[in-house]
Amino acid sequence: MKNTISQRVADFLKNFPPFSFLKQMDLEIISEQITIIYKEKDSVVFALNEETHECFYVVHKGAVALRADQHSDIMDMCDEGDIFGLRPLIANENYKMEARAYEETILYAIPINVFRPYALEKKAVGNFLIESFASNTLNPFSKSHRGKLYGEEIEADTKLLDLQEVKYSKKIISCSSSTTAKEAAEIMLNKNVGAILVVENSLPIGIITDKDLRNKIVTGAFPITTLASEIMTAPVITYPTKMTITQAQMAMMKSDISHLCITVDGTINSKAVGMLSKHDVMVSIGNNPAVLLRAIKRAKKFKKIKLIRAGILHLLQGYLDQNIPMTLTSKIISELNDACTKQVIGIVLKKMDSQPPVKFSWLALGSQGRSEQLLQTDQDNALIYEDVAEELEEATKKYFLELATRINKGLFDIGYEYCPAEMMASNPDWCLSLSECKNKVHHWITNTGKNEVLLSFIFFDYSLAYGDSDLVNNLSDFIFEDVKANPTFYIHLVSGALQSQSPTGFFREFLLEQDGAHKDFFNIKNRALMPLADAARVLILSHSVKSISNTAERFEKLAELEPANSELYLACAYSYKALLKFRTKQGLLHNDSGQYISLDTLSKAEKIKLKSTFKTIKELQEIIRIRFNASNIL
Amino acid sequence: MNFLTKINTFLLELLGKSDTSLDDGIQGNIDSTRFVVLDTETTGFDYENDRILCIGAIVLQNYRIPIQESLEVYIQQEHYNKATAQIHGILRESVLNRPNELEGLQQFIDFLGDSIIVAHHTFFDISMINKALERNGLPKLKNKTLDTANLYKKTLLYSPLLVRKESYTLDELADKFDISKKDRHTAMGDAYITAIAFLKILNKLKEKKGFSLQQLFKY
Repeated sequence: MKNTISQRVADFLKNFPPFSFLKQMDLEIISEQITIIYKEKDSVVFALNEETHECFYVVHKGAVALRADQHSDIMDMCDEGDIFGLRPLIANENYKMEARAYEETILYAIPINVFRPYALEKKAVGNFLIESFASNTLNPFSKSHRGKLYGEEIEADTKLLDLQEVKYSKKIISCSSSTTAKEAAEIMLNKNVGAILVVENSLPIGIITDKDLRNKIVTGAFPITTLASEIMTAPVITYPTKMTITQAQMAMMKSDISHLCITVDGTINSKAVGMLSKHDVMVSIGNNPAVLLRAIKRAKKFKKIKLIRAGILHLLQGYLDQNIPMTLTSKIISELNDACTKQVIGIVLKKMDSQPPVKFSWLALGSQGRSEQLLQTDQDNALIYEDVAEELEEATKKYFLELATRINKGLFDIGYEYCPAEMMASNPDWCLSLSECKNKVHHWITNTGKNEVLLSFIFFDYSLAYGDSDLVNNLSDFIFEDVKANPTFYIHLVSGALQSQSPTGFFREFLLEQDGAHKDFFNIKNRALMPLADAARVLILSHSVKSISNTAERFEKLAELEPANSELYLACAYSYKALLKFRTKQGLLHNDSGQYISLDTLSKAEKIKLKSTFKTIKELQEIIRIRFNASNIL
Repeated sequence: MNFLTKINTFLLELLGKSDTSLDDGIQGNIDSTRFVVLDTETTGFDYENDRILCIGAIVLQNYRIPIQESLEVYIQQEHYNKATAQIHGILRESVLNRPNELEGLQQFIDFLGDSIIVAHHTFFDISMINKALERNGLPKLKNKTLDTANLYKKTLLYSPLLVRKESYTLDELADKFDISKKDRHTAMGDAYITAIAFLKILNKLKEKKGFSLQQLFKY
């Protein structure tokens, strides 16, 4: 029976092949017989050798990982609009691989017997299915097939470079032979590309690159009104659509060029279908932060940034595997994560109806503010804006709330979960004018209770993620002055910092979670990382050191400021980095935040290393307890 | 009754709770239970005077929603309210061959069976339906009910930092869970959003101690 949901399903499907080849009416009939399936993260859709289901699947939301079996590497990742589980449609045998929800996922199950007639009738549908089937069956090089079926992706696997198909840009920036050099340069500027194709009847007849413009126009050899046909490089070097990354690299080196033109049959006598730049090749290799950074800055859609973030995680994994110092690793990864946030904000600002009425700053709070957020965790952020005249207050607040709501959604779309405590700029409590913010902070400092300590713990680790730095400096100065004037605040902060749960019990055994979903896991965040971060914050605040929010850096600064304790502080810095590395590795391993560690997975050596950091924590807490003893302060 | 159950019942009585009312009809587990997730569009919020224009109901069983088994029934009503028509967009004559209230209700009752009803602000929908049943000389619904507005609150963090609201709208749930608000304010569209929200809520509650179907009714 046709109804609102089947319409909704049909509307989704019509955007993706092979459904896009079908008539709307047929699609609606099929949609009426679909089952919507919810899969929680890590649950199995079908297992290896399982008898085939009577349907195949389309991912509506989330992602599904295809593996040869439970323990092998991911062969393919299907996300929104991708189809999988086609075996029953084509072959009458059990599944040859396993499909498992990589994240929380909603699937559409399409009954084979309903769909088969359409596949047989429409050639395009059948061909597409067969091609898809071939590409995600047991095929060691299946990754190389992904580009054509699953849209643009950042390939992160470097092992099969010479077999991977390269991803070229399908949007061709072109002009005609009668375009002037000036116009061509304007198009290139607008589209942010380094080369433009000169075409005639869809056939490529030449190419103009940055280099041509530099050598021929900027030198004054030709005026800027010269026609494209006179300054272009011709003939164009063309290649067919199917080439591997290595082939592309070789081709560029061989002819000493930075752009390849992709045509239907690989010759200049067929239609141009794409362009491949050196940059595209570098992105495909995906192991270079500079390239990733450039890709982020070019991204115009949230979805694109989400894909790039997969590349960032891969880079992180590589750094950890190669034992690159944690300081450097976290710097680079944080830099890339910050760039993603900036880009999201940039995109949102462009889409707003009007410019921000006054200056504002977007603050990253908590671990992101401390540049310690290597994995995707929750978002914690706040927005502060310049004070405005009273009559404008309401309208200004409304504008920034709307802005923040969209930014929060954008960050969610690229993979940052919403903060469960609503500590986000879209919450009116965290979208404040500078003076409102000062009032709030002043209230915490002068009326300190347990909650105020908790709030200051998270808020005081802010760092500027986007926008105006004067506002933030102004706020920081205010906080230091206010804390100095109200020394009792330290006592509260210290007692808060000392309250963290102890990592080990009486017999130096690890204290594990007692119940809940993480029973018998070790909570590395609450029991080891937080005590160090909390202590560093109190100490650095007491020295009025501005703009260092990273915990390890804070300890290094403290070692400098207090030579007597420098050894302990350096040990703390080291421990913190070691713990962060533990957490990050665990997180990558389990595709989560890494907060809970299963001790069984640790080696004896790792356990000893972990325990040695706990000793440092105890010593540090002792120092604080004595230094900020109430009687010593007042 | 064996000894342990007796003690259990005794303890529950001490706490002022009755065990029997809960156990009744909610044996079994979440995976196999048939839930019917529903929403009604009405001419207004007055139980006595307003009427149901449309019931949208979908079956949710074993984390699956078979579209074919869903029910979307528009009901012919004499009473009409221009103000609410702007929200749900159901015009008086826009759907041909609408069943009358009795026929619509019968279709719904057959569809419902003894499933557990899930809705957002369930009390409203159930009250509207029960009033309609009463008008047509039919007995009230006896089904167990769950309310996503209530269950959602149980997924929220217990933290002094989080200011909880008294009540959360379906829009708020859709935003939080990233569910498209397409077809919002149609009975079926809202039922679908409610169903996905319900699934996501279950997923969150699963992390809690002692999670079970029975537990859902105690929240």
